[in-house]
Amino acid sequence: MNFALTKEQQMIKDMVKDFAQQEIAPKAEEVDRNERFPEETFQKMGELGLLGLPFPESYGGSGADTVSYALAVEEVGRACGSTGLSYAAAVSLGASPLYYFGDEKQKELYLKPLVTGEALGAFGLTEPNAGSDAGGTKTKAEKKDGRIVINGEKCWITNAAYAKCVIVTAVDGKDDRGRNNISAFIVPTDTPGFTITSPYEKMGVRGSNTCELVLEDVEIPEDHVLGEPSGGFKQFLYTLDGGRISIAALAVGIAQAACEKALAYAKERKQFGRSISEFQAIQFKLSDMSMEIELARNMVMKAAWLKDQGKPFTLEASYAKLYASEMATRVCNEALQVHGGYGYMREYGIERMLRDTKLMEIGEGTSEIQRMVIARQLGC
Amino acid sequence: MNIYVVMKRTFDTEEKIEINNGVIDEEGAEFIINPYDEYAIEEAIVLRDEHGGEVTVVTVGDEEAEKELRTALAMGADQGVLIDVEDLDEEPDHFTIAELLAAYFKDKEYDLILGGNVAVDDGAGQVAPRLAEKLGINQVTTITDIKINGTSATIERDDEGDVETVEAQLPLVATAQQGLNEPRYPSLPGIMKAKKKPLETIDLDDLDLDEEDVAAKTRTVDRYLPPEKEAGRMIEGGPETQVDELVGLLKNEAKVL
Ligand SMILES: Cc1cc2nc3c(=O)[nH]c(=O)nc-3n(C[C@H](O)[C@H](O)[C@H](O)COP(=O)(O)OP(=O)(O)OC[C@H]3O[C@@H](n4cnc5c(N)ncnc54)[C@H](O)[C@@H]3O)c2cc1C
Repeated sequence: MNFALTKEQQMIKDMVKDFAQQEIAPKAEEVDRNERFPEETFQKMGELGLLGLPFPESYGGSGADTVSYALAVEEVGRACGSTGLSYAAAVSLGASPLYYFGDEKQKELYLKPLVTGEALGAFGLTEPNAGSDAGGTKTKAEKKDGRIVINGEKCWITNAAYAKCVIVTAVDGKDDRGRNNISAFIVPTDTPGFTITSPYEKMGVRGSNTCELVLEDVEIPEDHVLGEPSGGFKQFLYTLDGGRISIAALAVGIAQAACEKALAYAKERKQFGRSISEFQAIQFKLSDMSMEIELARNMVMKAAWLKDQGKPFTLEASYAKLYASEMATRVCNEALQVHGGYGYMREYGIERMLRDTKLMEIGEGTSEIQRMVIARQLGC
Repeated sequence: MNIYVVMKRTFDTEEKIEINNGVIDEEGAEFIINPYDEYAIEEAIVLRDEHGGEVTVVTVGDEEAEKELRTALAMGADQGVLIDVEDLDEEPDHFTIAELLAAYFKDKEYDLILGGNVAVDDGAGQVAPRLAEKLGINQVTTITDIKINGTSATIERDDEGDVETVEAQLPLVATAQQGLNEPRYPSLPGIMKAKKKPLETIDLDDLDLDEEDVAAKTRTVDRYLPPEKEAGRMIEGGPETQVDELVGLLKNEAKVL
C-alpha cells in the first residue's frame, strides 16, 4: 500500500489548483448568473494541456494517468462546478470514446482537435424518452447508398455548441435476440440537418453548455461508425464507467469548496458572544463534512488507480460516483445551514454550490442507477 | 547564453503556518518556489527562447526541494541542480548558502545569474548580492525589466517606487522584483517532460568544501508569529473630545508620546 501521490501527480494537482484558483474561481459567480460558457477558460486549459491530460503524447496529449485526471477535475470543480462539468464531459465523454474505440484516422481527425483544445468533446446518449434506460434509444441510423443517415433527437448534451463533432448513439438494427442494437457515430456538427440549440434554463451548472440536438436526415460517411459495429452498448457502458470517476471527483471538489467556506465562516460569525464554531452542533457538522469528503476522495482515488492498473473498476467507479455525489449534496446543504441566512444569499456562493452539485446525483447515471449497477456487480 | 537561476523552496506565506518551539512545522506547511524566484525562472526562459542557450536552476536544500526543481523544469528550464545540505549539522544561513553557490559557480561559465529579490520566508535578500560579490561580477537588484544586447544588459530597476535604468556588462547577477513578468503555469506536457530532464544532486564533497568552510555566521535564536491583530477601538464624540482622548491614550496607554 502506498497512499502518496507521485511527484508528477502532485505537480499536476498543484498546477491545476493554482490555475483554477487564479483563472476559474473568480468567474464562477458570473458564469452562473449570466449562464455564460467561459470559452476563454477552455482555451487556456487547452494551452496548458488539461484537455488532453489522460491521452498519449502521440495524439498531442499529456500522457498523464487517471489519478492525475481525477485530481485535476477535483481542483477545477473546487473553483467552479459549471466549468468542472464541462471539463469532465469534454475529456471523459467527448474525447475518451474516440481514444478508446476510434481507428487511427478517426483519432487523427477528431481526437486531436479535442486534445489541443481547438474544440470541445460532446457525447449524445440521452433522449427525451430514453434517459436511464438507454436501451430505449429512438434515434435511428440507416444505411443508404454507402452512407449512414441518422434521424432523431437528443437532450441535455453537454458542450455540443462548442463541439466540432458529437458522438451520437443510435439504433442501427437488431441483435440475434431481436433487441435493438445501438452503435455510436461520429457526427460532425456542420453536417446539414444537424441542429444544435441551447434552450434550457437550468437549476445549476448554468455556466456549462447544455444542448438539444435534432438530427433530420443527417448523412455521414460509413467510416464514421465508432468502434465495433454492434459493440455500441458495451462501449458506452465503458465510457460511462470512466466518466463516473470524474463526476465523483467533481463532487468531491465542490464539497471541498463548500466545506472550506463553512469552516471559515463558522470561525468568523459570532452569535451569543462566541464564534459559532465553538458550538458543538456546528463543530459536529464540520467534522462530518470533512470526514465524508475524505472518504469520498479515497474512493475516487481507488477507482482511478484501478483503472490505471488495467483492473476492473466498474464497481468502484459506481461506489465513488454514488457516495461522492450524495455526500456533496449533503455537505453543500450543511455548509449552507452553517451560513444561516447569509448562505441563502447568492453573494456567499454556497447556494450555487448546492445547485451545481445536485446534478452529480443525476448525470452519467442517477444514484438509483448506480445502486442497480452495484447490485448487479454483487450478483443480484 | 548560459543562464542560471538560483532558487529557494519556501513555505507558502499565504497558507497557514505553525511554529513549534521556534521551528516551522513542515508537516502542516505548503511549500512553493519562492514567488520572486518564479519571476527569475520565467525571465530566464523568455531570455533563452529569445537568445538561445540553456537555463539551469540551482537550489540549496534537501531532497524535498526536488519537487520545486521539477516544477521549474516543467515551466521550461533545461536542467536542475540540487546542492544537498541535508547532512549539515548546523542550520545554514545566508552566508552558508552564498558560499555553496559561489563554490558551485567557480568552474562554470555563466552569462547571467538570476534570482529573486528576496525570499518571502525570511525576507533577507542577501544570497544573490553575496554571490555576486564572491564571484566578483556585477549585480543589479530589484529589476523590473531586462534586455540583453550582446555582452551588455539594459535593465530597469525598481528604486523604492522610482524606475532607474542601468546598463551593465555581462556576466551579471540580477534579482527579480514583482512586475518583471507574469510567470507561466507549468503546462501538463511540461510536467510530463520534466521527468526526463537532467536533475543533478551534489554535496559538499563534490564542491571540495568542508563543513567549517560554510559554517553559518548567524544563529537563529527564536521564531514567532506576529501577535494576532486585536479589534480596533472607536473613539467617539466631537473633534475636540476625540483629539483629547487620542492624545491621552497615546501618552498613557501606548506610551509613545
Ligand atoms: C446538466 C445536464 C447535463 C447532461 N449532460 C449529458 C451529456 O453530455 N450526454 C448525455 O448523453 N446525457 C447528458 N445528460 C443526461 C443525463 O445523463 C440524464 O438526465 C440521466 O441519465 C437520467 O435520465 P433522465 O433524466 O431521463 O431520468 P429518468 O431515467 O427518467 O429517471 C427519472 C427517475 O427515475 C429513476 N429511475 C429510472 N429508472 C429506474 C429504475 N430502473 N429503477 C429505479 N429508479 C429508476 C431515476 O433514478 C430518476 O430518479 C445531462 C443531464 C443534465 C441535467
